[in-house]
Amino acid sequence: MSIKMDSEKCTGCGKCRVVCPGSLLYKNSGGKTEIRYPKECWGCTSCVKECNHNAIRYYLGADVGGKGSSLYTKVEGELLHWMIVSPDGSERKITIDKNEANAY
Amino acid sequence: MELEITNLETDILIIGGGTAGCFAAITISENAAARVIIAEKANIKRSGCLAAGVNALNAYIVKGQTPESYLAYVKNDAEGVVREDLVYTIAQRLNKVTEKMESLGLVIQKDERGEYAARGNRNIKINGENIKPILAKAVEKSPYVTVLNRVTIIDYIVKEGRILGAYGFSLDKNILYVISAKAIICTTGGAAGLYKPNNPGFSKHKMWYCPFNTGAGYAMGIRAGAEMTTFEMRFIALRCKDTIAPTGTIAQGLGAPQINSLGEEYERNYGASKTSIRMYSTVMENKSGKGPCYLKTQGTTKKEEENLYKAYLNMAPAQTLRWLENGKGPATENVEIEGTEPYIVGGHTGSGYWVDTKRGTTIAGLYAAGDVAGGSPQKYVTGCFAEGEIAAFSAVHYIQDIGQVSIPAEEQKARLASVNAFLQGEVGLYSIEEIEEAMQKIMDEYAGGISSGYVFNNSKLQVATRRIEELLVVAYQLKAKDLHELMLIYEVIDRLYVCQTLIKHLATRQETRWHSFQENADYPNKDDKNWLKFVNSRLENGEVTILLRELVKKDDNYEH
Repeated sequence: MSIKMDSEKCTGCGKCRVVCPGSLLYKNSGGKTEIRYPKECWGCTSCVKECNHNAIRYYLGADVGGKGSSLYTKVEGELLHWMIVSPDGSERKITIDKNEANAY
Repeated sequence: MELEITNLETDILIIGGGTAGCFAAITISENAAARVIIAEKANIKRSGCLAAGVNALNAYIVKGQTPESYLAYVKNDAEGVVREDLVYTIAQRLNKVTEKMESLGLVIQKDERGEYAARGNRNIKINGENIKPILAKAVEKSPYVTVLNRVTIIDYIVKEGRILGAYGFSLDKNILYVISAKAIICTTGGAAGLYKPNNPGFSKHKMWYCPFNTGAGYAMGIRAGAEMTTFEMRFIALRCKDTIAPTGTIAQGLGAPQINSLGEEYERNYGASKTSIRMYSTVMENKSGKGPCYLKTQGTTKKEEENLYKAYLNMAPAQTLRWLENGKGPATENVEIEGTEPYIVGGHTGSGYWVDTKRGTTIAGLYAAGDVAGGSPQKYVTGCFAEGEIAAFSAVHYIQDIGQVSIPAEEQKARLASVNAFLQGEVGLYSIEEIEEAMQKIMDEYAGGISSGYVFNNSKLQVATRRIEELLVVAYQLKAKDLHELMLIYEVIDRLYVCQTLIKHLATRQETRWHSFQENADYPNKDDKNWLKFVNSRLENGEVTILLRELVKKDDNYEH
């Protein structure tokens, strides 16, 4: 269970470093953010939701059935778009309105 | 590397800015002019159990129910061993704290009459993805509250049975904080990572409970000689296979039954429906060769499937990713389920500090709330709010007649030296991760983990006792190359203390009261005649000493 950082897209703003509940994210010598302890990641996606630059992808480890898909988010006002990316690059979007409760 | 001392002073120190801690801070701020410090090891915006969000509020008195009926449910689920005074005082506050959260911005679904929409007898529907940011924002707006993010508290300062403050260190600066406090509210959560987890490799932290809750509050209390209760009632969650995502959303939300590989509904074959029986029945079906077990979701509509995708994104995104990645959603494929490794968590079972009705621990001025406080299972999120509120009022009352005490310089220096010892000297033979792995293996094999079907016996517990004791000695020799590693060392030491107490509790209760949670092969049956009581303990001269205590009634005002 973990995340992958895209150092090209990462601006080093540090918003993700603040929220990680395990304090696993650190600034590297190049000023970008890196995950120092990938195995310690809980998979809460707090960092993913903070990133405005699509620089953090969340994925399932192969040991829990991951096959190469990943997930990132886009915030648009009260809407949270969850983007699920397949290995072939195709994307599926699921949008959640923050003002709507879960059906279950 | 060396730490240096920074002294701080406050009226009330709250350790852990999670569910209970944040709510306690907000309560104090709204009702008193007391100075508050929240010491949080990460950042209160997304720390603790609710980092990813929460899918429903599972403790609410819906129309037709009462605090009395809530108590009856909890008591029945825990086979009678609950502190009725604690459960009842929580139940009385569940709806008030829920309304408070709505006023702070939590989205709660309402029905056509304007009442909260119920999901079963005790649950209401929300959008809880941002519950932690909502709490953090309210804390930020609270006057007199200072938040110390990225500060790990390591021990209390206690003198003659009274709390004087606590020690902690920063994750960013070379600082050992010595915090003088008139009162402390401990809200550090429970303990994960004691046992070998479901996915011990790369995804070792893909677990149900927050892996960063490593039992610090329990361990600090144990080391300070506080009385603990009911550690033998472990919590094992029934989860979606691999992703360890919650099952309640499907089981209660959608009404999906548990079935075995033959398609048979099996839960009722093992007695009346209870939290432990849902788990135990699944273990037994697998043991008898009828696994894998599933939640029967096949045949649900596409609309329901879409709703499930959204619901899981709001609390456990891994499950939605898994469904989509497989190209098979719950409408086409049943959801496989499994039990997790055991946790110690007082918000679900009865493990934690032995507190009085006011949530005072056996150390004067030290209060406990949420997962770290014992005696009252099934608190869930709202119960932790309620308990945070009770502890807040009690602490405010307590400090009225209490003066500030400064911590003697020699004591501070001695503590500084012991912390710095981890940062100096040569790296030994073992890494922190190796000690963690060793601990989890011992607990798994000898104290009833996943590989032993959650079953233990006294011979095995004796091995566990000895091995954990040996490991604690090795753990104190670990070295940290930076502040993050220093935190990891304390996390593994804290868990070893929790294991010691847990093993002693497991060995004491000579019956099996809660299947799977506490499954003693030497005593496979429930024994109401002798064991309708609490198993409590206290660390005395390095030994976990057991005390047995009687049950407490609903309207009792229990005092130590």
